[in-house]
Amino acid sequence: MEKSGSVDSLGSKQSSSRQPSVDSLSSTSTSRSDRSSHAKAPSAVSSESVSTSNEFSPQLRTFQDSSKEPQLLPKETIQDVAKDVTYICPFIGALRGSLTVTNYRLFFRCIDRDPVFVLDLPLGVISRVEKIGGASSRGDVSYGLVCKDIRNLRFVHKQPEDTLKKSVFEVLMKFAFPVSNNLPLFAFEYSQEFPENGWKVYDALAEYRRQGLPNESWRISKVNDHYELCDSYPSALVVPVTIPDEELRRVAAFRAKGRIPVLSWIHPESQATVIRCSQPMAGVNGKRCKEDEKLLQAIMDANAQSHKLFIFDARPSVNAVANKTKGGGYESEDAYQNAELVFLEIHNIHVMRESLRKLKEVVYPNIEESHWLSNLESTHWLEHIKLILAGALRIADKVESAKTSVVVHCSDGWDRTAQLTSLAMLMLDAHYRTIRGFQILLEKEWLSFGHRFQQRVGHGDKNHTDADRSPVFVQFIDCVWQMTRQFPTAFEFNEYFLITILDHLYSCLFGTFLCNSEQQRVKEELVKRTVSLWSFINSQLDEFSNPFYVHYSSHVLFPVVSMRHLDLWVAYYIRWNPRMRPQEPVHLRHKELLAKRAELQRRVEELQREVANRATSSSSDRPGSPTRSITPVQTFV
Amino acid sequence: MLSLGSGGPKPAKPSFVSYVTPGEINSEKDSSKKVEHLDLLPGEVVFCSATPVLRYTQDDLSQRGVFGTLLCTNFRVSFISDESPQEEVAQHFKNRLYGENDIPLSCVDQIYGVYDEKKKLITGGQVKNKYPSKIIFHCRDLRVFQFCLTYAKEEDGRRIFQGVVRHCLEPKSLKCVFAFSYSVPAKPVLQENQRTVMFESLEDWHQEMRRTKGDCKPIRDNEAFEISHRLPKYFIVPAAVETEDLSKCEGKGIPIWCWSHHSGCALFKMASVPLGQEDTMSQSHMERMLHAVAQNYLYSVKTEDLTETLPTLQDIQQSYNKFKQFFLIDNTMDFWLSDVKWFSSLENSGWLDMIRQCLRKAMEVVECLEKENTNVLIMEEGGSDLCCVVSSLVQIMLDPYFRTMVGFQSLVQKEWVSGCHQFLDRSNHLHQKEKECQSPVFLLFLECVWQLVQQHSPAFQFSETYLTVLSDSIHVPIFSTFLFNSAHHKASVLQAESPRSQNEVLTCPPVWDWSVQFDCKAQDFFINPLYAEKNKPDKTQRKTHKPKHQRQLSLPSSAFKTPPKKGFFKEETESLKKMLRMRRVSRWLVSPDSPQASTREFYESWQRKPLDYHGVLLPCLDGPAMRVWMQRYLRWIPELQIFGGGAIAVTNRLAELQGEVVQLRRELDRQGRRENKPDNHRPLALSRSSVRLSSSFPFASNRNWSFKPVIPNSRLHSIDVTDNLANQEDEATEAFTVV
Repeated sequence: MEKSGSVDSLGSKQSSSRQPSVDSLSSTSTSRSDRSSHAKAPSAVSSESVSTSNEFSPQLRTFQDSSKEPQLLPKETIQDVAKDVTYICPFIGALRGSLTVTNYRLFFRCIDRDPVFVLDLPLGVISRVEKIGGASSRGDVSYGLVCKDIRNLRFVHKQPEDTLKKSVFEVLMKFAFPVSNNLPLFAFEYSQEFPENGWKVYDALAEYRRQGLPNESWRISKVNDHYELCDSYPSALVVPVTIPDEELRRVAAFRAKGRIPVLSWIHPESQATVIRCSQPMAGVNGKRCKEDEKLLQAIMDANAQSHKLFIFDARPSVNAVANKTKGGGYESEDAYQNAELVFLEIHNIHVMRESLRKLKEVVYPNIEESHWLSNLESTHWLEHIKLILAGALRIADKVESAKTSVVVHCSDGWDRTAQLTSLAMLMLDAHYRTIRGFQILLEKEWLSFGHRFQQRVGHGDKNHTDADRSPVFVQFIDCVWQMTRQFPTAFEFNEYFLITILDHLYSCLFGTFLCNSEQQRVKEELVKRTVSLWSFINSQLDEFSNPFYVHYSSHVLFPVVSMRHLDLWVAYYIRWNPRMRPQEPVHLRHKELLAKRAELQRRVEELQREVANRATSSSSDRPGSPTRSITPVQTFV
Repeated sequence: MLSLGSGGPKPAKPSFVSYVTPGEINSEKDSSKKVEHLDLLPGEVVFCSATPVLRYTQDDLSQRGVFGTLLCTNFRVSFISDESPQEEVAQHFKNRLYGENDIPLSCVDQIYGVYDEKKKLITGGQVKNKYPSKIIFHCRDLRVFQFCLTYAKEEDGRRIFQGVVRHCLEPKSLKCVFAFSYSVPAKPVLQENQRTVMFESLEDWHQEMRRTKGDCKPIRDNEAFEISHRLPKYFIVPAAVETEDLSKCEGKGIPIWCWSHHSGCALFKMASVPLGQEDTMSQSHMERMLHAVAQNYLYSVKTEDLTETLPTLQDIQQSYNKFKQFFLIDNTMDFWLSDVKWFSSLENSGWLDMIRQCLRKAMEVVECLEKENTNVLIMEEGGSDLCCVVSSLVQIMLDPYFRTMVGFQSLVQKEWVSGCHQFLDRSNHLHQKEKECQSPVFLLFLECVWQLVQQHSPAFQFSETYLTVLSDSIHVPIFSTFLFNSAHHKASVLQAESPRSQNEVLTCPPVWDWSVQFDCKAQDFFINPLYAEKNKPDKTQRKTHKPKHQRQLSLPSSAFKTPPKKGFFKEETESLKKMLRMRRVSRWLVSPDSPQASTREFYESWQRKPLDYHGVLLPCLDGPAMRVWMQRYLRWIPELQIFGGGAIAVTNRLAELQGEVVQLRRELDRQGRRENKPDNHRPLALSRSSVRLSSSFPFASNRNWSFKPVIPNSRLHSIDVTDNLANQEDEATEAFTVV
């Protein structure tokens, strides 16, 4: 290492020496993953469940407190260990201990304290590693780790005497950003067997079948079977029966990125539909497309209940207008008869990224007590949440109350559109509020319809300033959390489920959130080569279940979108602050309640069986099996 | 509409009090026909009424409403709808004293009149002949009512307006409060084992001292209020206090025992003695008292003058006045406009900060008692406002008994009622003009308790609903708990107001007699279904949670301990004597290193310990942890009703499960006894049907909320984004990716 007082971050140094091209990064993320043969045999056998356990997370696992070494996952190998490293904890102070870097995680352990202090995080959450200042007179080097999960870590270690030896942080740099270093993401090496196969959760045709599709008005088109029509769309598309594939191709030319209007959800009774697409390429001259107009008319006609169509443009109207100069724009009401255009005033990915950055400043590491509320307000984070929820509410209301079909788009239709359609579907369809149903919702609206996870998260990519990164999905999960807060009995999953999804959004342990589109996932053979997050989750559903859940199959949820009912998600954004942590992790409490419920149910069952037994013994005219009647707890819905 | 518990209507009691002007009595006759379906309480008299009056339904600005009759009685303002009462969705939580369209007179907070589209605040005494077309009531329980008077006869309209203003806003004497007209047959005393300790007898105090293993001296010298009118008949002082000390400073400067910690140290409160420079007499008295407190345990004492470190009564009142405005919503437009600046307005009101300050102060005291085992003496000018807040909070945090319903009620009796909190003046039931003494101190205390309840719900036997109902009951002018300024005040008033035969003393029920307001089923909502019941008996519990190392920590090397930390509680001793000679006591307490750091450390060390719902309980005071008491403040706002959601959904779910078990067990019994009569006593189960409760349940449940989403109707405004990010293209790297 140089001894000069350089303030350059390691990242920028390396990038100047290697010059990775930006375009190659954004186009493919996982093309180098065929080099997965680096993996050695695991040096330690891990327990069957994995988690991104760390010092403060709710999933803190006790066995790690006593372990000297990290519990390694299959194919996880130790890359470097540094003995005398100091972690500057913003809450406790300086902690001396040993730092281990594997091809998956960073593991810091301080034994001077009781209980033993452990920091254990997947390298995937690291957004940036920077060297802070130069070597001090005492030969200390300081590193800052900026993480995607709303925290920063700071380490100090002695400058190694052997200057030829790489410091642990250089090793860290290599494995934290495998894509930038021509290494495979750990997800391609990790191979753990789970009782459940999460890749089987979503089957597009089965999901459409559940919705009653195809039917007399809607067909499943194979026009995108080989992703030729639109490379960011799934292969199965639901379109009106009256529109042949040939016309769809012409519509594709008119919609940005070929993302044509297709069905996302259909109301089981009214047949009103939720349609998603990208902006029309109307441009300044207001170009029109006959087939597109016909398609929207066909969408309207497929719903006999209403002779109107609402087009929700998620963007602020000024931005929609501005897009015209770039060839985009919005549907003019002249061209689309009986369609009403509504702007939902939701800002773009850059505004959201900035808002979350401000939020991080306000909550990490310290919260300014006296100005907490005004600081929170100044980040606008909850205001954005409010607008997104308000937009989804208007969509759900039009579909449910007005029985009108709706078309939702933004510019490309993979960020705000995904937020809006999936939230509206969550409000409208109780199936998506179950654990598996929610997984299907994510697989469908987010993954198959091409939310650019690789770009938005920047898996394994050291280019932390990439303007394509944005917490769009985090924001969506936050909205879901807001809904679970307002409807504590309506969701089968608990808060820990949502946090786990967000943790593994970054961890690169599972294949679920890799790549940008279905096409890329197929090409990378993720199903074969990686494990699904749902395998992990569905193998231990107890952990993720909401003890208060009541399944009301027909209930539509209309959340209240006033700021009075919106809260900052403390258990996610401020979870690193030990003061904001509940004394016992939330999910433990939930588990306790689940156990309590199970016990109650068992008692009910016992009593009922006894009643039945007595009844049969006394009157013997009750052939009904007692087990049939033990479930009233779930049936008085 | 109103059902009367057991009594059945009784003829109104004759009274000397002239409530009404002759004009009002006439009007009563005029409208007597319409009044017939108002179930009057015993002793209730109708003053005036007007019909037809339009009551706006709160929906929007559409001016829609229902017609009916508006009445004013000596108890309430009441609206009787002409429409037959709609099928009431949930009758689980009906108040027996007043219905959803009734406002008890002392519950009226402010009245606005709308004159020619202009909203004006009405104050008593300025009522002219011109009466407003529209009258708006803001209630202390946060309800808002709007009535249109233009449809009624002019004479009636004016009369009802004047009557309402007179009885709701203008000063009156205590004997005009409805409690003194209300007559119900004496109720059987509550069961002994579930009895709230009233602290009205010496035995109650003895018992409390035995319970906490305190070692102090009960005093009965104030039985006839000879020592002070501001002290209860019986109280407890440190054993070292001499009887002659008691009468030195007119009842001030006496350390009153509140509670003893299991270590032996105790909490005392005191009405502080004004210290003049020359006043050596009171100085030496104070010194003696401090020594007496110190002698209680290990010769240590820390003092804290709350007058100097907590907000004043006026601050509290002003802050609450700002705060409550956010919830008194007249129309939807204002609601959505105010929504944008919600967080900063909340911060500006300072109300959450007041709550935080009280909780922090209580935590500091807890730290002294629990960690340092030091006696603590808190004082303030009158000794009956913030002293009550802090001492009660300390006891709730330290003693799990006070987290049960009976324990909590006993605590309010001990610290607030016996502690001579001036309930009457603080709530300004009598609409006195000088408002300095008005301040929602007791509400502030309930707010603090609510914060504890929402942070540590399983530790409390009572629910949030219980606290909300208790906060409403302050303004129901029936309960002896909230009508008097002191024990002496109560005794003298009851004596004077009793019926002519002097041997019969008027009784008003305490608020704790919940059957006055609610039937048994409704009272079920007071219980927290998640309460973690204690398994162990009290005694063992106390022993086990006395950690040894803390005792060692507290052992002093000399008679006077050295402070283990730099808090702003000061050690009593030489320095104190020095300070006493100084003019301002407050100077003792100034500490440069923030006390926050100390309580923070204390909180963090507590937080690291394993959770024990029956041990010490500390609140988290960080910004995100301090919350708005949603149930109390948001329950009447239609825009904020969550259908099928809210905390009630969880409560309901648990109640269902429990009800299921109970029912099955009963079924089992029945089968066992081979009886075939059907079981008609069904357990509480609220929503077996598809009826979806709103989040405001059990409040406002009779209202006919419509099930449709509330969409912000103020134009969806764009959020101001100052930088140019908003104009950037969505795909920043478009240029790179597109070939």
